[in-house]
Amino acid sequence: MSSTTLELESVSHSYGNRVALDNVSIKLRPGQFNALLGPNGAGKSTLFALLTRLYRLQQGEILFDGASINRQPRQFLSRMGVVFQQSTLDLDLTVLQNLEYHGALHGLSGRAIRARAAQELEWLGLADRLGDKVRSLNGGHRRRVEIARALLHQPSILLLDEASAGLDVASRQAINRAVRDLCRQRGLTVLWATHLLEEVKPEDPVIILHKGRVLADGQGQALCTDTGDTSLGDLFERLTENGVPAV
Amino acid sequence: MTAIQYLHAFNGVVKREFWRFIQQRSRFLSALVRPLLWLVVFAAGFRAALGVAIIPPYETYITYETYIAPGLCCMILLFNGMQSSLSMVYDREMGSMKVLLMSPVPRSWLLISKLLAIALISLLQVYAFLGIAWIAGVEPPLLGMITVLPALVLVALLLGAIGLFLSARIRQLENFAGVMNFVIFPMFFLSSALYPLWKMRESSEWLYWICQYNPFTHAVELVRFALYQQVNLEALAITLGCTTLFTLLAILSFNPERNTRTVPARG
Repeated sequence: MSSTTLELESVSHSYGNRVALDNVSIKLRPGQFNALLGPNGAGKSTLFALLTRLYRLQQGEILFDGASINRQPRQFLSRMGVVFQQSTLDLDLTVLQNLEYHGALHGLSGRAIRARAAQELEWLGLADRLGDKVRSLNGGHRRRVEIARALLHQPSILLLDEASAGLDVASRQAINRAVRDLCRQRGLTVLWATHLLEEVKPEDPVIILHKGRVLADGQGQALCTDTGDTSLGDLFERLTENGVPAV
Repeated sequence: MTAIQYLHAFNGVVKREFWRFIQQRSRFLSALVRPLLWLVVFAAGFRAALGVAIIPPYETYITYETYIAPGLCCMILLFNGMQSSLSMVYDREMGSMKVLLMSPVPRSWLLISKLLAIALISLLQVYAFLGIAWIAGVEPPLLGMITVLPALVLVALLLGAIGLFLSARIRQLENFAGVMNFVIFPMFFLSSALYPLWKMRESSEWLYWICQYNPFTHAVELVRFALYQQVNLEALAITLGCTTLFTLLAILSFNPERNTRTVPARG
């Protein structure tokens, strides 16, 4: 199992006067499917932008395996795979070309990229679409390509920001199942950000984020037991209505 | 990261530019049609009106078509450089910029790779143009086709760097029209691409000085001399200096937060 840890310590971020994240402290459970649950506007994407170093940290600290990501940013980026909410695929290029570009940017040789791409796409059921233009793929398949791409450089942590957004129910479930399998089989630490409760299981470690604040952090079932809520849905609804932390 | 990994990253950036270029066949076509129109139509009309005296690097009287050919080569490089600015803005709007920014390779290296990729693609177009121009009767020395290569590379880097620098300033794709009006046209027309500077001076002293301060003028002269197997040291120094300056500016102004402003839109 992976021992990779990712931890945020008192992270705050503002856009001018608007506070997007307010003193957020969380620690991902290594080798597990960590769910980051929050409604739209909760601050999930800002959190992702900070984790991926697209945004400069204004306040607080992000620790990767105990070390600040600012100290060894390149090492951190090389061990992290990301699927963003907005698709980042080049629609006019083929699936393989998209993967080749990403792999090359991570310093992989063409041969290594092609071998890994075949392997990941086989696993994701897209082996026969290698030469197809991304534009010709449906939303679910594009998401799978993005996951394959995020795995290409063999990261130890995988971040997915609303990876199932805009997909039909069947595709959403398939993507969610595939990532859970990945987490189980490869011991990857996963952070799955979503606003959809049905994508989170009671046994998952759950972080509930609302208006930039962490309202709950713990195993889903245990959180319900502690707070007396009958389900994660009730807990989520109550917390996001009141805005009062449960922990 | 090892040197070989840097090389793979460079290779990846270059390949992507080529793939995108191949996808956009109309881009290649318009890159050729534009200067050819100037060469065949515009120059034919102006040939009678404009007499070109013997000026270095030419050793004899030349046709107007021969005079403007180096400027038209630079025009291709100029449009390609600005196209790179457009593609950066497009990548930013489409989100694919994040793939670049998430790379563990230093961003300065990626930008330099991008610049070289733009230069390579531009060169293909310039040589295709020179080939067609040859058929149309513009025949510089054959050896000049080789000696002009380093000059073309340097000018392509300069104009690519200006394009990348501008891309950091352009917020939306729609603003690219502004680049056309305020960068490409003034740079091209206020240079020695279409008329010798002495001719410009005859009509307006201040226009002449604007042309003198335009880096594109020196880029054109560098190419013109190189095409005739000569080195214009002044043009070389200015083009080299401007390339260094704009490359540094492009790297310094490449701000990830500005380049991924769509990230926190929803969640």
